[in-house]
Amino acid sequence: MTAFLDVVIGGVFHAAVLFLVAAGLQLVFGVQKIVNLACGSFYALGAYFGISAVSWCLARGMPPAYFLPVLIVAGILVGLIGPFIEALLLTVYQRDEAFQLLLTFALVLMFQDVLRFFWGADPQQLGDLVMTYGRVKVGALQVPTYNLLVIAASVVIAAGLGAFLQKTRFGRILRATAENREMSLALGVNVRWVYASVFTLGTMLGTVGGALVVPTAAASLDMPVELVVEAFAVVVIGGLGSMRGALAGALVVGLLRAAAISWYSELEMLAIYLVVIGVLVLRPGGLFGRPLE
Amino acid sequence: MRIAAALVALAAVAVLPNVLSPYHVTLVLPALAYSIALLGFNLLFGYTGLLSFGHALFVAIGGYGAAVLSSKLGLRSFEAILALSAGASVAVAIPIGLLAVRYVKIFFGILTLAFGMLFHSFLFKFYDLTGGDTGIRVLRPSLLGRAYEDLDKTTWLVGPFYYYCVALLAILAFVMWRLVHSPFGLHLVATRENRRKAEYLGVRVRFFRLIAFSISAFYGAIGGAILAVNTGQADPELAYWTHSGELVFMTVLGGFGNFFGPVVGAFSFIFLKDQLVGLTQYWRFWLGAILILLVVLFPRGLSGLTERMWARLHRSTPS
Repeated sequence: MTAFLDVVIGGVFHAAVLFLVAAGLQLVFGVQKIVNLACGSFYALGAYFGISAVSWCLARGMPPAYFLPVLIVAGILVGLIGPFIEALLLTVYQRDEAFQLLLTFALVLMFQDVLRFFWGADPQQLGDLVMTYGRVKVGALQVPTYNLLVIAASVVIAAGLGAFLQKTRFGRILRATAENREMSLALGVNVRWVYASVFTLGTMLGTVGGALVVPTAAASLDMPVELVVEAFAVVVIGGLGSMRGALAGALVVGLLRAAAISWYSELEMLAIYLVVIGVLVLRPGGLFGRPLE
Repeated sequence: MRIAAALVALAAVAVLPNVLSPYHVTLVLPALAYSIALLGFNLLFGYTGLLSFGHALFVAIGGYGAAVLSSKLGLRSFEAILALSAGASVAVAIPIGLLAVRYVKIFFGILTLAFGMLFHSFLFKFYDLTGGDTGIRVLRPSLLGRAYEDLDKTTWLVGPFYYYCVALLAILAFVMWRLVHSPFGLHLVATRENRRKAEYLGVRVRFFRLIAFSISAFYGAIGGAILAVNTGQADPELAYWTHSGELVFMTVLGGFGNFFGPVVGAFSFIFLKDQLVGLTQYWRFWLGAILILLVVLFPRGLSGLTERMWARLHRSTPS
């Protein structure tokens, strides 16, 4: 029972972070029709920047307990690189997907060295800050409160994102543009502005995700390329372009991975790819996606 | 005209060991290996219009095939190694292809990426079978039955092995040339240009895609086996998705619209990377920057650029 609970909590925590990155990926794919390989790089950027921001604040006498808000603000701030990168993507919107993928692949290569330049090749860590929030007893388990806070933050963001997309005027414009770009243009929607804001929002989801995970795991240069495949698995399982799909996919991948790690660690990523292939074979559109062709 | 140019290029590659230092010749070897792999890749990408983002899978099968056969099973004949690795690669490609060719565009890319990563995590995690992250050593194979035991490693690589690979590239390029200019190749282009129309005309689209996929897997494995013999090691990085990305990078660098584009791409990528690595530790950044320039300004790659300059040259000099 305890082992099971451990897997569930670990899995949901991982899912909470994955969801943020995958939601960014979905948003950008849904509206701009671009699969962004660089989403993992944004995640890593958020992680590294988060570490620097917290260390900077701590050095200026900030009480350790404030590190969570600092991380979130740091994630949002560094997400402001979004519009600049979107300006680059402008050149490939109407082009073949191969070029879109290659352009974001180029960004992955470049970010790898940008991270190395600013933070060096060694993995970076945030020390023991997680414990400043103490632990909570769940059954027979001692779970760091921080992990539960991250899960809560992710749920709040998910709900906020849902409400934003469904209820607000801008959310409706956004969905309309995703549905039919030409028609939105004809109706006077400023598509340039929509694209720039969607991409920035997507970037921020990734950077905030990275910033939130960093107190529990080291930031390393392998982070971006490793996360991309997980985020890909999430969106394929859930269905490309679907927010609910991102949520379901993140839970599947998070739980599966936690289960595999604790019971049969050889299967860690293997199990995820098998599920991805299974989903693509049986339900090509993903759990919540539209059927293809 | 093109054939003449190809022959001249081939002759140039053949005399390289007499001109270049052994170090640079060992750089040409991976370029030859990638040329072979990319000729196959471009049958899929350039001619059939399917972008695989997991093609490193087949390169890795070739590499591990050479490793397992030479150091675990004691098979030393390189011809047998090539045949068996390429055969294994095709055997893997057929079931994957049966699934993947139902899709095009991004879904084809993601599905192939998933299969590539599946193989990577198998190689990485099943330490007892695959040697984990260190991989498996590749022993020096015999070429056409000759072991060349009197030569040291570098002399062997830049000597017999080099010429062997040049010959292999020439043969495989010739076969590929015949393939893409045969009715089969035209079928592939037709399915790329207009799938529906091709179907109405009776082209079995999925069947043709599957064949193209299998042939590209065959070429990929041969390239992979050469790569692994050259480095003396097969490791999981061969199957990682960034390696697949590099394959696409090389093809676009050379230009996928031209038959020889991938070969141009392989050679220029290897030498570009070698130069950048020598100049700066931040070579990935510049590689990425070059890729962006390429995508934005010269999507037809180096071969497209030369074609355009050639055309302009002919227009400006009236004859």
